[in-house]
Amino acid sequence: MTNSGGPAIEVVDLAKAYGDSRNLVRAVDGVTFSVAEGEFFGILGPNGAGKTTTLEMIEGLRKPDAGTITLLGQSPWPRNPAVLPRIGVQLQSTAFFDRLTAREQIRTMASLYGVQPAVADEWLERVGLADKADTRVWDLSGGQAQRLSIACALVHDPEVVFLDEPTAALDPQARRNLWELLSGLTDSGRTVVLTTHYMDEAEVLCDRVAIVDHGRLLQLDSPANLVRGLDAPTRISVSPGQLTADEARAVPGVDDVDADAGSITLRTREPARVLTALAEQQHLAGISVQTGTLEDVFLSLTGREYRA
Amino acid sequence: MNRSGNGLAFRMLSLAIIRGFVRDRASVFFAIVFPLMFLVLFGGLLGNQTQSKVDMIQVGDVSFIDQMPKDARAAFEQTFEITRSDDLADAIAQVKKGDADVAVEMQGDTLLAHYTQTDQVKAAVTQGVLQAFVDGTNVALSGKPPTYRLDAVQVEDDSLKTIQYVTPGLLGWAVAMSASFGAAATLNGWRNSKLLRRLQLSPVPTGTLVGARVAVTVGIALTQLAIFLGLGAAFFGLRLTGAWMASIPLLVVGTLCFMAIGLLSGAVAKTTEGAVNMANFIVLPMSFLSGSFFPLDVTPQWLQNLAHVLPLFWLNNGMLDVMVRGEPATAVLLPMAVLAAFAVVVTALAAKLFRWETT
Repeated sequence: MTNSGGPAIEVVDLAKAYGDSRNLVRAVDGVTFSVAEGEFFGILGPNGAGKTTTLEMIEGLRKPDAGTITLLGQSPWPRNPAVLPRIGVQLQSTAFFDRLTAREQIRTMASLYGVQPAVADEWLERVGLADKADTRVWDLSGGQAQRLSIACALVHDPEVVFLDEPTAALDPQARRNLWELLSGLTDSGRTVVLTTHYMDEAEVLCDRVAIVDHGRLLQLDSPANLVRGLDAPTRISVSPGQLTADEARAVPGVDDVDADAGSITLRTREPARVLTALAEQQHLAGISVQTGTLEDVFLSLTGREYRA
Repeated sequence: MNRSGNGLAFRMLSLAIIRGFVRDRASVFFAIVFPLMFLVLFGGLLGNQTQSKVDMIQVGDVSFIDQMPKDARAAFEQTFEITRSDDLADAIAQVKKGDADVAVEMQGDTLLAHYTQTDQVKAAVTQGVLQAFVDGTNVALSGKPPTYRLDAVQVEDDSLKTIQYVTPGLLGWAVAMSASFGAAATLNGWRNSKLLRRLQLSPVPTGTLVGARVAVTVGIALTQLAIFLGLGAAFFGLRLTGAWMASIPLLVVGTLCFMAIGLLSGAVAKTTEGAVNMANFIVLPMSFLSGSFFPLDVTPQWLQNLAHVLPLFWLNNGMLDVMVRGEPATAVLLPMAVLAAFAVVVTALAAKLFRWETT
């Protein structure tokens, strides 16, 4: 270990631009952050925000225009063979050898790290693909292919794993299944860096989230702190007929009321007080409470609706 | 990575590439089956074609033929297929149409042959053989023994059969195709699927990766060599000359050269299909101009000169030299040097033109 005690990743003033001077795209524009050992770190932003470019520079695939990157105590650029065995990478698309089965695929990947076939087979089991071992990779479903791709990134037991939008293009059920697998990755002290454009995914999985847009880092904190710092009102909805809009406005602590055919929504910054009052008045039927989400955070940071 | 780990990576990478090749029916077809079809066509069917007999129509009584001694008559019928007719005009019309090659009639002591020059070989055979039989008959009738004698010894043996010059050329074409297609498809496909990026982020040295791809392609080329020479010798009468083993190192260098051409195609083209098409666009015309399908001796001199700038010409010519022309093993040295120079220059060009991003 060359970086004992230090952060797994340290990025300072990172910048990368594409195109010529007339049509310059600042993909990454002065980004600074660090990722602690054992942390599940998320980079969240819409498509084109600069997530992948940032990730590829940290992995050592691209040379930064400016700034410094320290990965496990070393510089990843130019290609650094001392760092490579200690990191695992899942690229955005599923990068497989043509016409191999799942087992042949992961065994080949394992061999690149000097890992024996038996270990590779274990990983197939761990990601739930044992029964698909003899299926050609092109015949796997989207979720299965992503599991195999993640298993290939983990097969040499790396200290840091990079996952670039692992759940993109998956249906909601497959996404949630994959979350179970991903949430266990940091159990053994491993560091995970994940990019996503799904707010809920970052909220569920990440210890800390960096929100990026147009190549800039907008905010960096735990999902809970981000929402808390937002000072967004809590929304309390009750079934219509429980109380009228005017009665709702009269409840102590309520700031505002939205009434539509489906429900009555009370907005408040004192949810405890409002809920107590509603309970006393026996108006709890069909109640739902929604606190702020990362979507609200993004809205307040950028002034525009979040669109993945 | 330690040495044994690197060996494992080399083995597994080679295996992955072999599996990708063998499981792709199209690439196996174009590397092995398709060229073999040409070998069967040229070597088997066209090569065994013998000159068919000359169709002769005998009009009326022709004493020269009718009174021929028995053994002379047998020899005569080896050349001519004789049918009889009594209608001279009709017989000449048949010759004009090409249904027959020659019509003969007797006018007194003169043998009159009506023939067509359409098929020059048959026209020459007809004139020559008829003249020979007439002269022979005259000598026999004179009762004197002939002063001069012609002893014709056929020099052409099996070594000049079509299969002899077709096999090295077709093998050169087959290796050029599979080496260039394979390299083009691998470079382009791996780049587009990001596999190349993924491999770049593994600790495996570039040399191991390139080495595995080269080893598999060379292995495929040597398999092609074994199949071509084996089938040619077993079924089509191919006879190799002494130094044919020298064609193995030549073929290896030739494979590298065509891999380089494939790399160039793969680097320039945006899609894998485009890369393979571009390799084909380079290799197929080159095959025609390099004598893979027909001997260059029959082409104009300027074309033969032009062929010297084509790497496949050097591969074909070198293989012809040691496989069938009986040249010593040193005959492959110049072709190997030319092919190696091509390989280096074209690979450098491919590296210069390669872009990670295709958009």
